[in-house]
Parts: sequence; structure tokens; C-alpha cells
Amino acid sequence: MTWTQYLAPLLKGAQVTVTISLASIAIGAILAFAAGIARISSNRILSGIAFAYVALFRGTPLLVQLFWFYYALPLIGISFDPVTTGIVTLALLTGAFGAEVVRGALVAVPLAQHEAARALNFSRTYTLWHISMPQAIIEMMPPFGNLAVQNLKDTALVSLISIADLTFQAQSLRNITLDSATIYTMTLLGYFIIALFLMFVLRFVEMKLRRGPAFPRSAHS
Amino acid sequence: MMYGYVWDTTTPLTFAISILPILGIGLMVTLKAAAVGFAIALVLGLVLALMRRSRIKAISWSVACFTEFVRDTPLLVQLFFLYYVLPDFGIVLPAFMTGALALGLQYSAYTSEVYRGGIDAVQRGQWEAATALNMSKLLTYRDVVIPQMIPRIVPALGNYLVSMLKETPVLSVVTVLDMLGLANMIGERTFDYLVPLSMVGLIFLPMTLICSAIIHTVEKALPKSGIPLR
Amino acid sequence: MTSIIRFQNVTKRFGALTVLDDFNFDVRPGEKVTLIGPSGSGKSTVLRILMTLEPFQEGHLELAGISYHEPNGRGAFKASEKHLHKIRCNVGMVFQSFNLFPHMTVLRNIVEAPVAVLKMKRAEVESRAIDLLRMVGLLDKKDHYPSQLSGGQQQRVAIARALAMRPRVLLFDEPTSALDPQLVGEVLGVIRALASEHDLTMLLVTHEMRFAREVSDRVCFFDKGRIVEQGDPDRFFGNPEQPRTREFLSSILND
Repeated sequence: MTWTQYLAPLLKGAQVTVTISLASIAIGAILAFAAGIARISSNRILSGIAFAYVALFRGTPLLVQLFWFYYALPLIGISFDPVTTGIVTLALLTGAFGAEVVRGALVAVPLAQHEAARALNFSRTYTLWHISMPQAIIEMMPPFGNLAVQNLKDTALVSLISIADLTFQAQSLRNITLDSATIYTMTLLGYFIIALFLMFVLRFVEMKLRRGPAFPRSAHS
Repeated sequence: MMYGYVWDTTTPLTFAISILPILGIGLMVTLKAAAVGFAIALVLGLVLALMRRSRIKAISWSVACFTEFVRDTPLLVQLFFLYYVLPDFGIVLPAFMTGALALGLQYSAYTSEVYRGGIDAVQRGQWEAATALNMSKLLTYRDVVIPQMIPRIVPALGNYLVSMLKETPVLSVVTVLDMLGLANMIGERTFDYLVPLSMVGLIFLPMTLICSAIIHTVEKALPKSGIPLR
Repeated sequence: MTSIIRFQNVTKRFGALTVLDDFNFDVRPGEKVTLIGPSGSGKSTVLRILMTLEPFQEGHLELAGISYHEPNGRGAFKASEKHLHKIRCNVGMVFQSFNLFPHMTVLRNIVEAPVAVLKMKRAEVESRAIDLLRMVGLLDKKDHYPSQLSGGQQQRVAIARALAMRPRVLLFDEPTSALDPQLVGEVLGVIRALASEHDLTMLLVTHEMRFAREVSDRVCFFDKGRIVEQGDPDRFFGNPEQPRTREFLSSILND
């Protein structure tokens, strides 16, 4: 077999990788906002739950989480198919790291903005969504970009719960051909290209956001 | 039975307690892998950071590409690459060393950025002042640059150490018997994954939380103005 | 005549530091009062307490007949958000650092609160906002973002923004202190125009002594959390009675 013959199976795997990555990033983003906002809520129970979630998923290895959801959870009667397990686990992890980004950016909105909002009698919810969030979201974009690439890299681990992603296809090909150097080089390049694409998209979104309103902070940086 | 320890599957609690010594042996492997991997990352990262500052464009540019590439591709695939490809070139390493090397390689891309950021953060005026005082390059680094870098880079490096610690379980994939590797074996033999896998998570959690707390304390304790080496 | 603002024995502490000490202060409706004094004397704190940005620990405070203590509230000094909302309906504030919202245009900065908080019709608010912008001389900037304006222009927008909420009491917290000297005049011009409005009660913290003398009905000198001396501006500046006042005035006028 030559390297051109590896392309078809690897591309099929790449498709699975991209699907799992995008799905878990999308769900993870929702979790990140929910948990990040809950963390700064004045409701102790809400912020406590968010804190526990973030600490648990940030504090334990992804592979352990993945095996736990895949091997251990079915033993107490809860089981999903591998792809769902992979997406859910990755989303939970990305959401936990993202929650810290969301919280950090919201906390960094200057106190003066909150005081101005108070003086104009805006409610707390209104202040969060219309004053703090539009300013904070731009500061979230660069760390979100890093998290997205981290998520993509982490998807490689789902090959270990029998999902036919890019890494899994590479492993299968190697087992048949023993042509390790070519196959793994191609696989690494595949991930690199997807990562570059992901970074490009996020940079584009960030630029769009920045160009909208004229931000004093962006003007200086 | 494993390493001479017999497990007791009567209840989840007795099971958990009985496998604790076995997981303890795995924990030592986990810690050793993180230590060796981090040592490699610290040294290799420094080499990369200095090469990145090279005046020769070809060197600085290819190092930049290399670090970007390593940073944006999965540790697991890099591990497979080293594990299967190195022997093709006659380099046969034990699985543990291959694993530590993969960890070190991946994180050298991160640490090199930390060093670079640390060097760049030292203000231009400091370099100019050192030149004005006729200090040699070596002296400038030792007495001016590195002391001011330390408060910036130590916390960042610490955070990467914690991240690396959490990635060591990947080594179990290439037959390294770390905590996760042993937990999986126990699971295979007892058909109970719930207890051993939960135990691994429960051991990692306080470990990473405490490490992060220590880093946070150190970060606060370090004087922002820098630490003289002598 | 009843007061629109009434501080009765109010004490405010930050930790061990007492910022307002058994403080009493009354303001008539429509009165223009200037608060002066060294930094840390408590004059800004008076405004921040009125704007509900700071709580206080003892005493009683009323604004437009509404007590800052919520009747049947959760403890004496912990009013609910709903009650604070009711208080804030009567009062607006202009900040030292303008505090415009950077992600909104000038017009949007002014329109946002009347639409979102007072539930007024957007078209109606916009036409009023345009009147306000004309008044502060910035109609041509309505579609600009704050970062595109000078400090003086930003502060004039901030005044228009506060006025759009139709407050009965308007608080100015050192509105010209963050400005370059050549921009101070345009902001003072707008405040001077407002001072001629009969119904609007104004509290102004400033270091612009000549301006204070010109626009205010009363000047209050603060020191260590109390009003040391107050009175009609001509009397106050022409013939200060307290040695502490004289000392302060000579130090600031010799700058």
C-alpha cells in the first residue's frame, strides 16, 4: 500500500473527528456559559453546584472520565453508544474549562460599568446580558480558541472507546501495513490542518466581534 | 491478585480499600512519569526558546513551526508515533521512557512559549541598562533577565506540570502500568470497573487541587520585582 | 418646605474607618448644592450612598419621601433589589470617569435605559435623546462610539444619558476631574445650563471653586465625615468662618 491508499480511510476518520469535536465544542460552550454565570451568581446553591462541576472535571484526567463513562457507568445501568459517550465527556470537560474563561471575563468587566448600570436602574439580569456580556465576550475569544484546539487534540482519546476517528483509523492501518512512519506522519498532519482551520475560524469570529462596536480596549491592544 | 495484594469484592467499600495498595504502586509510576516528562519539557523547552531567538532566520522559523505543530496535535498520536516509529530507526526504549519522552516533547512546546514570554516581559530598558553597565551577555541573563523572569514563569510552568500530571494516564495505552493501567486490569479481572476507575478519579482530584493551590500560593508569595540568583 | 433629601444621623464605615460620622444633611427640592473638601472627607460617599452604590450602617435616609430602609425589609440596612429600584427612579448620577458603555453608540447609551427600565417607546425616547444631544451640542456624534469621543464629549453624553431618565435629583461626582484642562469648560457649560432648571435638584462634588460659587445656592465644606461649614456661596467664599475652611480654601486657591 502507498500513502495515497491511506487517504480514504484517514479522511473518513477525520470526518468523525471533526464531527465529535464540533458537537462537543458546541455543547461545551453552552455548559461553559451556564456554569460560568452560575459561578458568579449570588445564589449559593447554584454557584456551589457550578464550582463542584468545574473542580471535578478540571481536576481529573480526561481518559479516566472517558473510561468511567464508558466502562463504569453502564454497571449502574446508564449506558450510551460510544459516540454519545465521547461527545458528552468531551463537552463536559470543555464546558468546565470554558466556565473559568467565562467567569474570568465577566469578573474583569470594570466595576465602573456596573455602577453606571446601577445608576440607570438596570436590573441585574439586564446588566449581565446587555452591559457585561457584550464587553466580556470579546475577551473570551482568545482563550476559547485555545480550548477549541485542546478539545480537538483530546478527541484522539475517543479512539480508545472504539470510535472510528482519525486516530482509530491510523491504528487500524498500522496494524495491517506496519507502515508506522508514513501513517502517523499523515495523521499528525491531518490534526494540524484541522487545528489551523479551527483557529482560523475563531480568529475570524473574534475579528468580526471586534470590528462591530469600537472598543477602547481593542483600540489600545 | 496483583503485586501480592488480594482484593476483596464483598462490598464496594472493601473492594476500594483492598485495591488501594495496588493503585498506590500505580501512583508512583504516574508521579515518576510526570517528573521525568516535566524534566525533559523544562530542558527541551529552554533549548527551543533559545533557538527561537536565534538571529538565523532558518533556525528561528523552523523552531516556530515545530512548536506550533507539536502544540496543535494530539499527545496520543505523538505517543504512537514514538512508540512505533522509533524502533524502525533502531531506537528501542522501554514503554515508560517512550511515554515520558512523548509527554516531555508535547510540553516542551508549551514551556518554550513560557520562557519566551518571560524573556520578552523583561523591559527593553533593562537590557539597555545592562549594556550601558558593560555587562556581558551571560552576566545580563544571570543577574538581570532571569531574576525578573522567575516570578512570571514559575506559576505558568507549575500550571503545565498539573496539566501534564492529568495527561499521564494516556501512557497506559502503550502498556505502562500507571494508576489507570492497573485500574483497567483490575476491572478486566473483576468485571467491576466502577470502583477502580472511580478510585483513580478520586485520587487525582485532591492531588491536582492541592497542586493548583500550592502554585497559587507560590505565585502570590513571589515578589513581582524578581528574585536575585545570588 | 419638606426636604427632597434628608440624612439623619447617618454613619458609614469602611471597616475600621468612619467615612460619615453621625451625619445630618437636608436638601430642598430644586436646590443646587456644592460639596467641597479634601479627598477622603466623605463628600463623594454622600453621593454614592444616595445612588445606592454604598450601604450605610446607622441612621436614617430619605429621598423624595422614600426611606432607604425598606419597610418590613430584611433587616434595617438590607433593602431588596425591588426597593432599591424604587429609590433609584428619582435619582441619577454623573461619574468622574464618565462610565459610558463602550459597546453602544452615543444614541444607544442614552436610549437604552429609558426603553429597558422605564419601558418607554423607543421612537419617543429617541426623539427626546436627540433633543438632549442637541442641548449638550453633540447631535452630530450620535452614531459614534464612546472611544471615538474626547473626554469632554463623553462626559456631556453621560450627562444626557442621566437626564434621559428624568431624575428629580442629579448627582455629579467630580465631573471634570478626569478631563484635560482645555476640556473642562465645555462640561461646566452644560452643567451651568442645567443649573437654571428650576425643578432639578443638583448635588455637585467638585474642585472648581469659581464655578461652585457661580452656580450653587449653597456650598458645604466637608472634613472628616462631617460638614464643618456651609452657607450661601458669596458669604462662604467671601468670609469663611472656620479656620479649617480658610486653610482649605487658601490651599486650593493657591494651586
